[in-house]
Formats: sequence, C-alpha cells, structure tokens
Amino acid sequence: MDLYLLQFLTGLSNAASLFLVASGLSLIFGVTRIVNFAHGAFYMLGAYLAYSLTTRWESAFGFWAALLVSAAIVAACGALLEILLLRRIYRAPELLQLLATFGVTLVVEDGVRLIWGPEDLVGPRAPGLSGAVQILGRPFPAYDLVLIALGPAILGLLWLLLHRSRWGILVRAATQDRDMVSALGVNQKWLFTGVFALGVFLAAFGGGLQIPRDAVTHFMDLSVITEVFVVVVIGGLGSIGGAFLAAIVVSELNAFGILVFPGISLVLMFVVMAVVLVLRPWGFFGKPLPASRAGYAARTTWRPLGPRSRATAGILILSAILLPLVLGNYGLGVASEVLIAVIFATSLQFMMSVGGLDSFGHAASLGLGAYGAALSVQWFGAPMELAVLIGPVVAAAISLVSGWFCVRLSNIYFAMLTLAFAQIFWSIAYQWVDVTGGDNGIVGVWPSEWASGPKAFYWLTLVVAVLSVGCIRYLTFAPFGHALRALRDSPQRAAATGIPRRTVQHTAFVVSAFFAGLAGSLLAFQKGSIFPEVLGIPMSIDGLVMVLLGGFGTVSGGIVGAIVYKTASIWLMSNTDLSRMILGGLIILLVVAFPEGIVGTLGRILGTRKQRLQILPQTLSQPAAKMGDAP
Amino acid sequence: MTPPLLSVSHLSKSYQGVKAVTDVSFSLTRGELMALIGPNGAGKSTCFNMLNGQIKPDAGSAVLDGVKTSGLSPARIFRLGVGRTFQIAEVYLSMTVRENVQVAILSHAGHLSGWTGFFGRLDRKFRREAEELIGLIGLGDQADRACRELPYGDVKRLELAIALAGDPKLLLMDEPAAGMAPRERIELMKLTARIVEERQIGVLFTEHDMDIVFEHASRILVLNRGTIIAEGAPEAIRANPDVQAVYLGSGLLYANRSEG
Repeated sequence: MDLYLLQFLTGLSNAASLFLVASGLSLIFGVTRIVNFAHGAFYMLGAYLAYSLTTRWESAFGFWAALLVSAAIVAACGALLEILLLRRIYRAPELLQLLATFGVTLVVEDGVRLIWGPEDLVGPRAPGLSGAVQILGRPFPAYDLVLIALGPAILGLLWLLLHRSRWGILVRAATQDRDMVSALGVNQKWLFTGVFALGVFLAAFGGGLQIPRDAVTHFMDLSVITEVFVVVVIGGLGSIGGAFLAAIVVSELNAFGILVFPGISLVLMFVVMAVVLVLRPWGFFGKPLPASRAGYAARTTWRPLGPRSRATAGILILSAILLPLVLGNYGLGVASEVLIAVIFATSLQFMMSVGGLDSFGHAASLGLGAYGAALSVQWFGAPMELAVLIGPVVAAAISLVSGWFCVRLSNIYFAMLTLAFAQIFWSIAYQWVDVTGGDNGIVGVWPSEWASGPKAFYWLTLVVAVLSVGCIRYLTFAPFGHALRALRDSPQRAAATGIPRRTVQHTAFVVSAFFAGLAGSLLAFQKGSIFPEVLGIPMSIDGLVMVLLGGFGTVSGGIVGAIVYKTASIWLMSNTDLSRMILGGLIILLVVAFPEGIVGTLGRILGTRKQRLQILPQTLSQPAAKMGDAP
Repeated sequence: MTPPLLSVSHLSKSYQGVKAVTDVSFSLTRGELMALIGPNGAGKSTCFNMLNGQIKPDAGSAVLDGVKTSGLSPARIFRLGVGRTFQIAEVYLSMTVRENVQVAILSHAGHLSGWTGFFGRLDRKFRREAEELIGLIGLGDQADRACRELPYGDVKRLELAIALAGDPKLLLMDEPAAGMAPRERIELMKLTARIVEERQIGVLFTEHDMDIVFEHASRILVLNRGTIIAEGAPEAIRANPDVQAVYLGSGLLYANRSEG
C-alpha cells in the first residue's frame, strides 16, 4: 500500500515540471494559435543553462536564483525568436508553423551540442533539499515534496496573473477574440511577444527544475514535447487548468504504468489520449477551434498531365532506367534510397495536398511497413517477394484502426493524434524487445538472390516507385480523389452533396498508409536491417519537409522534394557534423521565404501556361482572405 | 389536393437555453417558390440548417415526400432529394466549373465514394449531363474555366447547378442574391423561377432584399424570434400590420409616419 502511495507522490512531483512546460505551450497556443514545437527545445535550453549557473552559484539562494535567471535568459531568446520568426508566420497554415518551430528545435539541438558537448550532464542537488523524508517508513526525496507544492503554487500565480492583472485580462481577451482586442487599440504585437516570452519562461523553468532529478541530455526536448503534446491535447489546447489536470493524469499514468504494465508503459499515455480525444475531441476543458481556411491547396487548379508533360515524364523515367550506366554501387544505393523516399513523400502528399489531412506521424505507416516486412522475414522466413507485400498490408490494416480515430478530428488535433499514434508504434517497437528486438532492431533482412545486386535492387525500387506514383496520380484524378478534394475545398458543400466525410477520409488514410508501408518494406530490404528510429518523429518530419520542399498544393511536388531533399541530406550527413542545424535552417527558410516549395515557386515564376498554377496574391504576411468571401 | 412536398411540424431548437426556433410548422408543395424572411436572428439559418441536416432539431419533424428527414445526416438528406446553396457560395475552388458539377452528379449516382470511385478519370464521366446543367445556368462557355477565376455572380450560379445535379425535389437557397449585382440578382431569380416551373420542384429561400422577395416568391413565411408570425401571398404579407411592425419597419413604417 505504502509503495503505491509513494509512487503516487512521485507521479505528482513529476507532474510539476510537465505542467510548467504544458501551461506555457497552452498559453502560447491560446493567444497566438501557434503550436510551438520548439517548446521542448526551450525546456532543454533552460535545463542546460540552469546546469551551468547552478554549478557556479552553489548556495541555496544561488540555486533558486540560477533557475530563475536561466529561465529569464531563455525567455529573452524566446521573445527574440517571436519577433524575428513567428511574426512572419502567424497567418500561415498551421502545419507550416509546426514545421518552422520544429526547425528551431533542430537548430537548438545542434547549438546545445556545440556549446555543452554531446555528453549527458549531471547537475547538483538542490542545496538543503538533497536528503530524504520518511513517509510511512520509506524514504522520499525532500526535493520532490517541494515540486509537489510548486505545481499548485504556480497554477495559483498564473491564475492571479491572468485574472487580476490588466495584462492578464488582455491576454484572456485575446484568447477569445484577437481581432476585437486589436480593434480596441491594444498593441497585439507586444502582447503576443509577452505571452510567448512568459510561455518560454515557464518551459525553461520547468527544465531547470528537473536538473537535481535527471541528467541533462540533448534528447530531452523531443521526449518532453511528446508528453507535453499529450498533456495539452488531453487537457484542452489553451486551457491552463486543463494542462494542470492532464499533467497529473499523465504523470500518474507513467508512474503506475511502470508498476502495472512494465512492458508497455510508454503506450499507456497515448492510448489514454486517443480515448479522451474520441470522447471529448477538444480535451477536458478545450473549446472547438474555428475551422482554419488558410489552406494552401485551393489556390491551384489541378489537371491531368497533357501530352507534353507525359512525354517529359517518359523521358525522366527512361533516364532513371539508364542511371546504372553512369552510377557506381554507392551511387545506386543512394538512388534506391531516394526512390523509396519518393514513394513515401508521394503517399504523404496524397493525404496532405489532396485530402487536406496534415499528418504529423506519417512515419507510423512507413515503420509499420518496414517492421511488417522485417518481422515476416525473421519469424516466418518469408521470402522477399512476399514480405514486400506483407509490409504495406500490415501498415494498411493497422491504419484502418488508427485512421478510424484520426478522421474524427480535424486540423491541429488531427496532426497531433497522428503524431501520438506514431509514438505508440515507436514505443511498442522500442519496448517489446522479445519480438522487435527493441533498440537493437532486426538485422539480416536481405533481398532475394535475383535482387541482391545494387543494380537489380535499384531497378526493383524504380518499378515499384513508378507504379506507386502512377497509382496515386490515377487515384487523384479518379472520382475518389475528387471526393477527397471536395471535402478539403469545402466541407459544407461536400456534406450538402452527399459525400460521406469520414468514409472518404478514412479510405484515403488507409490508401496512403499502404503506399508508405510499401516504401517501408523496401527500406527494410535496402538497409538490410530496421530500427525503431524508422517510426520516430524525425522520420515523420523528413516526409513533411520533402512535401514542403516540393510544394504543398501541387499534385506531385513530393517527387521533386524527395529527390532534392534525400540527396542533399545523405550528402550532408557524410560531410558535416551540423546536419541538424543546416536542416533546421533550411526548414525555417522554406517556410518563411518559399512556402509554395520548389514546384510551386517554379510554377509561379514560369506562370505555367495551361496549368494556371496561380498563387493568390495572398502572401503569408497578409491576412488570409476568406475564400469566396468576395465581392 | 396534392399532398405537400415538404411538411414541417413543430420544429424547435435551442442553444444552451436560448430558443432559436420554437414550434415552426409549415408545408410546401411542388412548383412553389417560397420565401422565408425575418430580421437577423429570427431563426432562418437555424431552420435551414435543420432541414438540410447540419443541425439536429430538439423536437418536431420534417417530412419530405412521405420520408422523415429530420435527424438524418446532410449526406442522407441530399440523397433523398434536397439540394442547397449557401449564403456565402460554397464551391470547390481547386476544380473547374465542369468538375464541380461532375462531382455532384457522381455523388448522386453513388459513384464517388464506393469501389467504383477508384476507377476512371472523373473529368470523363457524366460530361454531357454536366454540360447540360452548366448550359442551363448560362455558363456554357465557361465549363473548362478554373472555378477560382469566376466572378462571384457566376460562382453563385454554379452553386445552383451543383445543387440541381442531385436532381432534387426540394431546393434550399440561403440568400441566393447576397453579394450579387442588381441585374444578376434578377436573372438568377428568373432562372430559379423557370427551373421551379419546368422541373416542378419546390424552393424555399431566405432573402433580405425585399424587392426580390415580393417580386418572385409565390408565398412568404415570416419568422420572428423563432416563431412564425405570418404566412401567405406577397400582397397579404405586405399589408399585414404585424409584419410591418417587426420587420418591414425600417422602410414602410417611416413612409407611413411621414404620411400621418
């Protein structure tokens, strides 16, 4: 019994830091409508800075002063980021905002490694609180007791700030109606900057609080951000009280999950999130979000390929067939990997550009395909020909279930639930060591004899890639593709014309998962091994960047994006240590300067004759005019 | 007497205690062009959204041609023969004019979301039928144009073609003339009247422009604070003092006052 009580208290003390980070994220979202992916990075930065300062200022006063000072420094960095970057993208589609802030995360990660080095750092204990207190005859860390008290205290302070100060009242007003607040003469810009700085302060303080308990690592950003996403989604985006309650729920789930289901403790949190979202799509205390119409896709009119474009495509395929004449074995390996990326990106593009379904966890399908293929080889000795088909079928079958949940949500909640599902599958692959090999992955997934040479394998992937892209294009212009686009362009019109939204989007989800799974099973054979990273967040982001680079709102921009991005990233990996920083910078640059991607930008420059690839004069810095609001 | 096409009885809806629509009953026969008018907040849109299935009524029912439609989803109600246009035109901006209509025709034929939806190119299906409809609304030479490039008046007409593509028995038009130039309004209403006549369908429309209402409606339903306060032919409504008091006040009462 007392063991459970102690575990409960541990859960409560874990909740404190989680609540701080989550309340910051929620606060920022409530006012600016930006889901700040970089929040985890600020948490990490807060922890690193606090480490440096606490090791210098060793008194009890110095310890707490160090936490506050480091949080203030990070908050200042956050304010700078808001002024330099976020102000440019407030009106951009949500996905671009999520991506840009992810870019910041990547830059911070490499920056932290440059400054503090790659090793884990162990910070000092809090002076005067390093001992333990006896609770029911068992020792309990004194510092954790302080944390338990700190959570409600900060909740109370935030409540006072938001309800009893002029600034707080403005913030709450802006949460309800931004435009009205600015119409009343409040300087929105500085209000936003202030809120962002406060949110970042909370995250960094939360990071600093963790140093006496855990080592400071440069992985802590991604692990905290997924937990925080779960917390704010369960609690309701924009609700501080919701964040508090959900932080406790999630922390207790983690604390008891380890006792009760040691093997699947990581999954538990995401399962609870999925259930909450289905029962209460806006979390405990959240409110429905107005549908975002800042779409990128409705700006172009899509047409099937004309004779000239067909000829061009034919020539490109022909030159791809002849590529082994000029490339060596290493080059062909890279080329195969690029082709696999093409399939992956095209499947994601289908879901995002055609379906308007912004998935933030497309790696789930890729990884399920890869694991499906690899496991069927390892456990059933399936030959490559069969395994390559089992992979996508597994991905599609599991997506049939996860998709059922996801299509019940829209916009940012859809993106976050897809992310959660990807994390569920990642945790299973990571924790279920007996079956998946956990961290060690599955090795020895080799192609059949006939396809084992680099040339043969390249041609195999080429055939699969051409067929996949062809199928997806065919579907795009088939009635089904139009039904999907109809739902994206105008949900109301589609409903009034008898198009069943959930069925169509669910089908698209599964179709897209099938092709991503196909890419995954080829990847398993191309690499010869498979690790949980294939399901990770960075893999999902890779897919998004490829589509973004090629161009949202184009039919096949993902192909160009995949070729350029994959080639560049393989080159970067082997030539620089700062690949994440460069990639992050690239993402930020793309979002701010070229939101239409390569194909979109080229199309605009060339003014593409018949395609009428017109980009509305509505650039990202201007308010997104409501389509059809004319005259 | 022919049975009514649509009979609505005791329809009610409230939002968190605020009564938006209370006990609304009326009926509509084929060939009728009926206007639903009332000041802002009278409950017109709520009525429309209940008939179209976007909102579920708290009480009461709507029966279309003997089939109860209240409580069904918009998609089901569309299949039962209800087309609708929106106050701010809703069309598919990434498609051409013809594709917009083709999507609606295919959906009506059940070839959009089932297995058959996976095969063939949409722009090759039901081309002739789509072009007929586009010709009917007078956009015959614009079939291949991108929808985004159309002037707003044409978009509103296109919306009418989309609504007609499901071969509806009943057409719901939410402020069909809003945002159109005066001449376009008259043309659109004439076109609607012709379609009602030729196809023998029923139309229920809301409108704030009283010239349009009194010129084109065959019957008028006046809603105020969620209840029907008058119903009848345009002449009778024009003369009804209750209606003048709550609704036509701004124009007619002023004239009356200056006379008296």
